[in-house]
Amino acid sequence: MGFKSAISMQQVTKSFDGGKEFVLNGIDLDIPKGQLTVIIGYSGTGKSVLLKHMLGLLQPTSGKVEVLGRDLASMSPDEMGRFRRRLGVLFQHAALFDDMTVLENVCFPLREHRRYWTAQQIVEVAETKLAASGLDPKHYGKLPGELSGGMRKRVGLARAIALDPEVILYDEPTTGLDPILSEMVDDLILETHQRVEGATSVVVSHDLFAAFRLADHMVMLDKGKVLLAGTQEDFHNSQVELIQRFLAKGFKK
Amino acid sequence: MLAFWMQYRVKLNQAIDDMAWALFQRIYQFFFDSGRSLIFFIESTKLIFTKPYRVEEIIKHMEFIGNKSILIISLTGAFTGMALSFQIYLGFNLVNATNLVGPTVALGISRELGPVLTGLIVAARAGGAMAARIGTMRVTEQIDALQVMGINAKQFLVSPRIVAAFITMPLLCGVFDFVAMLGAHVLGIYVLGLDEAIFWDKILLWIKPSDVFEGLIKAAVFGVTFATICTFKGYTTSGGAKGVGEATNQGVVHSMVMIIILNFFMTNFIRFYLAVING
Ligand SMILES: Nc1ncnc2c1ncn2[C@@H]1O[C@H](COP(=O)(O)OP(=O)(O)OP(=O)(O)O)[C@@H](O)[C@H]1O
Ligand SMILES: [Mg+2]
Repeated sequence: MGFKSAISMQQVTKSFDGGKEFVLNGIDLDIPKGQLTVIIGYSGTGKSVLLKHMLGLLQPTSGKVEVLGRDLASMSPDEMGRFRRRLGVLFQHAALFDDMTVLENVCFPLREHRRYWTAQQIVEVAETKLAASGLDPKHYGKLPGELSGGMRKRVGLARAIALDPEVILYDEPTTGLDPILSEMVDDLILETHQRVEGATSVVVSHDLFAAFRLADHMVMLDKGKVLLAGTQEDFHNSQVELIQRFLAKGFKK
Repeated sequence: MLAFWMQYRVKLNQAIDDMAWALFQRIYQFFFDSGRSLIFFIESTKLIFTKPYRVEEIIKHMEFIGNKSILIISLTGAFTGMALSFQIYLGFNLVNATNLVGPTVALGISRELGPVLTGLIVAARAGGAMAARIGTMRVTEQIDALQVMGINAKQFLVSPRIVAAFITMPLLCGVFDFVAMLGAHVLGIYVLGLDEAIFWDKILLWIKPSDVFEGLIKAAVFGVTFATICTFKGYTTSGGAKGVGEATNQGVVHSMVMIIILNFFMTNFIRFYLAVING
């Protein structure tokens, strides 16, 4: 492979509660540093589970996960806490704190980790991030419950990039949005990726259109395994039947 | 006829077996959960004493547990005090011992009913809310989001609630005791016609500060108990909105059962302990 990897997984398997059914079934994966990688796969193939392994929210049953050169299993909870500040995540449903306003949501990670900053500074930075994710300032004082799904994603994105992470992960950023909004969110991801020099982005999706619009690098998952990883070229030229089928379906849409 | 009976007996046996099995599973689950919540409790307690200290959160939860429970605690206290003094009056009147109504009521309130009823009521009110809140945060990935931000979710969500319950419960229990005695006073003196001076003289004679103190300690322990069980149930919720409902329900029920069981053991333990230190 001709790149430095930001995230690498070796022979990762995962079964829940000691069961015999494996959601991840020997994943070997390298995510190139400084690029935008899209991980695609049918619904229920374990994409979200894979993402949670990259964040250390789930531990593999066997195998090794390395993020930014660090083995996650070797970290103490404290180290893990500090390490995670280098990662930003936009969850599938944004996962905003529902008892805080939009602005407070974005201020929260800053308050926690920039303790020497003044309140003024924190709010300023939070507002910059919200503006960058394209949210109208008139919504800053609202609670997440009063926002639409698309707005919530924007707030989630602003919160994810609040600490200027080196790696940003997106779990199905456009699922459940209408096509126009989807495109807007895709643009936002691309913009965010390009704005930060050297940042690595990982997008999990089953939206093939988006994948081809965004990806420098693509990974296709199936049944808990990596079916193919490579550039867009590699995917177009692939002879694997499942990929051809997936492509055909995606482009018919 | 015989054949019918035989068939009936087999069915009956089966039903009894099923019931026993279900009961066994319930009990097993209860003890299994208790063990896991004990570990959960130890972890969360350690986190109280590590930086960053969550003083703001503690105050917020104290406000939630205390301020919002005080009305219902007062109401329950007043009626419990009145009911208890009336029953005890009826009994003691038979043996002409109405002088002792005051201290008996005071003892029952301060050592048993105060802490237990406060525990049960606050467990239902604040404990249920804790389980529901944390459970919701779990199923909507808010806890994951906290952790991904490099925040220890247990330290942020669980430890402050346990501390808040520990501090607030004795205060609420004190309020309960006070209002209950007020209720007993009103009913005893104005309705049952007891002598006010004797009522309070006997109380001061028979009730030691340690009796009240014992009740307050119990209340603190019950606070820690329901806060631990309910936050544990919330923290380990799975399965969407349905899961949150189940977690809340189980949290409250387990807390109540645990408070009543603990109360029995604590009563005995504290008596025994006092007997030992007093020689
Ligand atoms: N905590 C869990 N316990 C047990 N099984 C789980 C758990 N989380 C996920 N699974 C199982 O893992 C499988 C993959 O789930 P996952 O959420 O990763 O799918 P996905 O690829 O993200 O799907 P979607 O595109 O619908 O989001 C599913 O079959 C799910 O039932
Ligand atoms: Mg998913």
